[in-house]
Amino acid sequence: MKRTTADLWVGIFVTSGLVALLVLALKVGNATTVSASDGYRVTAEFENIGGLKPRAPVKSAGVVVGRVDAIAFDNKKFVARVTLRLDRQFEFPVDTTASILTSGLLGEQYVGLDGGGDDKLLKEGDRLTMTQSAMVLERMIGRFLYGKASEGPTAEKAPAGK
Amino acid sequence: MIGALDAGLRHVGSRVIGGIWKLGCATRFSGTILRRSGETWRRPRLLLDQIHFTGVLSLIIIIVSGLFVGLVLGLQGYETLKRYGSAEALGTLVALSLVRELGPVVAALLFASRAGSAITARVGIMKSTEQLSAMEMMAVDPFARVLAPVFWGGAISMPLLAAIFSAFGVFGGYLIGVVLIGVDAGAFWSQMQGNVDFRDDVVNGLIKSAVFGVAVTLIALFEGYDAPPTAEGVSYAVTRTVVTSALAILALDFVLTAFMFTGV
Repeated sequence: MKRTTADLWVGIFVTSGLVALLVLALKVGNATTVSASDGYRVTAEFENIGGLKPRAPVKSAGVVVGRVDAIAFDNKKFVARVTLRLDRQFEFPVDTTASILTSGLLGEQYVGLDGGGDDKLLKEGDRLTMTQSAMVLERMIGRFLYGKASEGPTAEKAPAGK
Repeated sequence: MIGALDAGLRHVGSRVIGGIWKLGCATRFSGTILRRSGETWRRPRLLLDQIHFTGVLSLIIIIVSGLFVGLVLGLQGYETLKRYGSAEALGTLVALSLVRELGPVVAALLFASRAGSAITARVGIMKSTEQLSAMEMMAVDPFARVLAPVFWGGAISMPLLAAIFSAFGVFGGYLIGVVLIGVDAGAFWSQMQGNVDFRDDVVNGLIKSAVFGVAVTLIALFEGYDAPPTAEGVSYAVTRTVVTSALAILALDFVLTAFMFTGV
């Protein structure tokens, strides 16, 4: 078969079309796996992660120090196990608190780290024991209503809204 | 008075009947093309030349337009999302609007004006200079030899062009959002990946663009084939191709969107 330059261009065209499709599927769509970047991983267990997504930022004092690597569900304890990948240049003590926060009113959720005072530092595979779950609006309102209702003369401590 | 009313009614009636007549002819024409497509697949050279003519030559305008649409989406989307403090959702906004709507529709509109008009002009001139009749005289079927390869070339090129358009649009949104404005890159991509579904969004966009490609190419071929064999007739046919294609794309888009993205 005789080859012409038109064939070459058609080849380039079809290839770039398929590459674009692949980009849409893997980079834009959710058929992707997170690439392993440099850093160390720690896990944290949360009762509720809200709308946290893999690859969401991990921030400490507002500075991005890592990314959420994976989110799994612990079927024994019924909690979410979140794996955080922290940049190697940032070191945190073992009594660091992890909390799930929201940037802005409708913004995306991220993990906030508040450093503790311990001398020992976190290393690969450690688990953060102090965590604070995401705020769920319905529960907050529920708790608030319980609190208001029990402010009467027979005031007792409001039951936790769960 | 009665005479003017009568003439008006006659005019409307003849336009309606003429339109229905033309639609019938177009349907028969499409059927003939499909029936005689066998040779296109037995001789890939014919198909390759047509993909070159409709697809490759439209590549530059598609890439440049995609990039600029993405840049504008990035700027406008950021300005709006910033007010709600959720600029990180920019990736989702850019990707979803491109993959679902703007990619297929704008690429098809560009395709209609770039490739559709060229197809109509070519077929119209081939007919007015009696090249098609000459082929028939030589016992070469112009449907199998000329029209069907153009149809398949357009139908194959269109989804690829729409995918390229969307990919460059997302890249443009990334350039504005992340590189220029400074939205967090991880949040940009993670929100995009979290909210764009491959089956629901990417594949549906592809289906849309394939439907548009078939519609635009058929309209272009039919208008060219149906054009009066004069210079004026061909020029009117080219205009009609662009206008009819644009209307068909937007109407089909509404129908397809109503099927695909409601009741989810």
